[in-house]
Amino acid sequence: MSGNPFDWIALAEYSAIGLLSGGLLALIALGFVLIYKGTGVINFAMGEFMMLGAYFFYTTNVMWRLPTLLALVATLAAVALVAALIERTVLRPLAGQPVISVLMATIGLASALHGGVDAVWGGANLEMPALLPRKPFTVGEILVPGQVVWSFVLAATIITAFTLYFRFSKTGVAMRAAASDPITAYVLGIDVRRTQALTWIFAGMVGAVAGIVVASMTSLSPALGGAALGVLAVIILGGLDSIAGAIVAGLIVGLIESLTAGYLGGKVRDIVPYVTVLVILLVRPYGLFGTRQIERL
Amino acid sequence: MPMADAPLLQVDGIELAFGGIQALRDVSLTARRGAITAVIGPNGAGKTSLFNAVSGFYKPQRGRVVFEDRDITRANASRRAALGLARTFQNVALFRGMTVLDNIKLGGHTRLHANPLTAMWYLGAAHREEMALRREIERDVIDLLEIDHVRNLPVAALSYGLQKRVELARALAMRPKLLMLDEPVAGMNREETEDMARFILDIQEERGITVLLIEHDMGLVMDIANHVVVLNFGQVIGQGTPAEVRANPEVVRAYLGSAAAAAVPA
Repeated sequence: MSGNPFDWIALAEYSAIGLLSGGLLALIALGFVLIYKGTGVINFAMGEFMMLGAYFFYTTNVMWRLPTLLALVATLAAVALVAALIERTVLRPLAGQPVISVLMATIGLASALHGGVDAVWGGANLEMPALLPRKPFTVGEILVPGQVVWSFVLAATIITAFTLYFRFSKTGVAMRAAASDPITAYVLGIDVRRTQALTWIFAGMVGAVAGIVVASMTSLSPALGGAALGVLAVIILGGLDSIAGAIVAGLIVGLIESLTAGYLGGKVRDIVPYVTVLVILLVRPYGLFGTRQIERL
Repeated sequence: MPMADAPLLQVDGIELAFGGIQALRDVSLTARRGAITAVIGPNGAGKTSLFNAVSGFYKPQRGRVVFEDRDITRANASRRAALGLARTFQNVALFRGMTVLDNIKLGGHTRLHANPLTAMWYLGAAHREEMALRREIERDVIDLLEIDHVRNLPVAALSYGLQKRVELARALAMRPKLLMLDEPVAGMNREETEDMARFILDIQEERGITVLLIEHDMGLVMDIANHVVVLNFGQVIGQGTPAEVRANPEVVRAYLGSAAAAAVPA
């Protein structure tokens, strides 16, 4: 490295931004993990929940001019309603069907929601108000955009809250029980249908928050839903049934994306999550943290 | 007939078929209040099918299940749990990622009133309710079944015998009126079996809980059951006190084959 000194400051900056934006990825991943753990379904419509959340928020906050907090509450309620409706009308009738059928149903659901949003709001790019403070943070010579830091704080808070909820609250414990063994939970008098509906509602609301934040940091268009696809790669990487895995994988992919975008340019960045996942799945087919299926003979 | 003698559970002419396979044919039995009723029979006789029909997993094509004078034939399993039916499974069905105490607490779960929102804060009423449940479990379940030394361990770390005991504890935490045990001592060694027999008798005698159990261990059945029902090929082929059942030639034939039955003096 003689003659051409390596720019350590740039590396540190890319790393910090990468790790911090990984928080939001982990939040989206949490939505996938909730539904997979709670109901055994890979929900391909997660990105559409993000999109719905962002559009509902745009409608209430920008079009109807409701105050931010009120608009947020209304949006979460609306998304919760949609999620509960989807669970009741699409997923529940498919209970007990082969995994692939349910998977196809969620893919169909994603298309339907996507088309619906396009029909109602149009395909144009909409400007979202900035929700998070923009004031950048500086540590020494490293400078990180404020929105990135605050989005990380928000994501960390929500993920922590869910972890505590599942560990300590009555409903959370019941949801874990129903997820790990629905039949036994049922015998204990736990209303498994209700916990599954609640799982969808929670995942929908988590997705909506992520969607609103992402849209407020970039812009709002039906393409927003596509962001979750890369995250699905993240979550397969972390292991579909592990919240810890979702967090770590979110951070790793955030980091790698930021580094490649910094050193190799934005075009390369889009394929990075997939290449990373491909490589890791070759080494650990059950993900970094997922439960390995062990067949006892 | 005084009310106290009315059976807690009455199974009345149940027919259950899976496609062409007739699992239960016209099965009737009663579980007397405060008594231990055992269902025995060779493998495949329909014992577990009967349990599943009583606890609500299978809906019989014909016949009725009456619990405390209430027809519950069509009620779903969680409703039956709320009415006071609790059961354990042939294979240990504990939530493996959780501790012993969390597993047991889930048994008392349906009796809590906190909803998803109030419980979220883990404060106030929800917290008090939780603490009361916990005290009750400590007193009535953990002490009774002598599992206080393992209460904070993950269930996966326990021996098989202890896991079965935790499963029993979880069923007890439901405060059942009828406790249904599906092979409570299967796979246990002699000492564990004796412990389990003592616990079942304690539950019956001290708590006055009615017990319905399936068991292959004849020694256990003959020792603790008040009433024995014998199933074979989905039909009741005999019932009575343990002594009566042991002397019933048809029962002996089902278990030992006809040659042995011929050797039994009539």
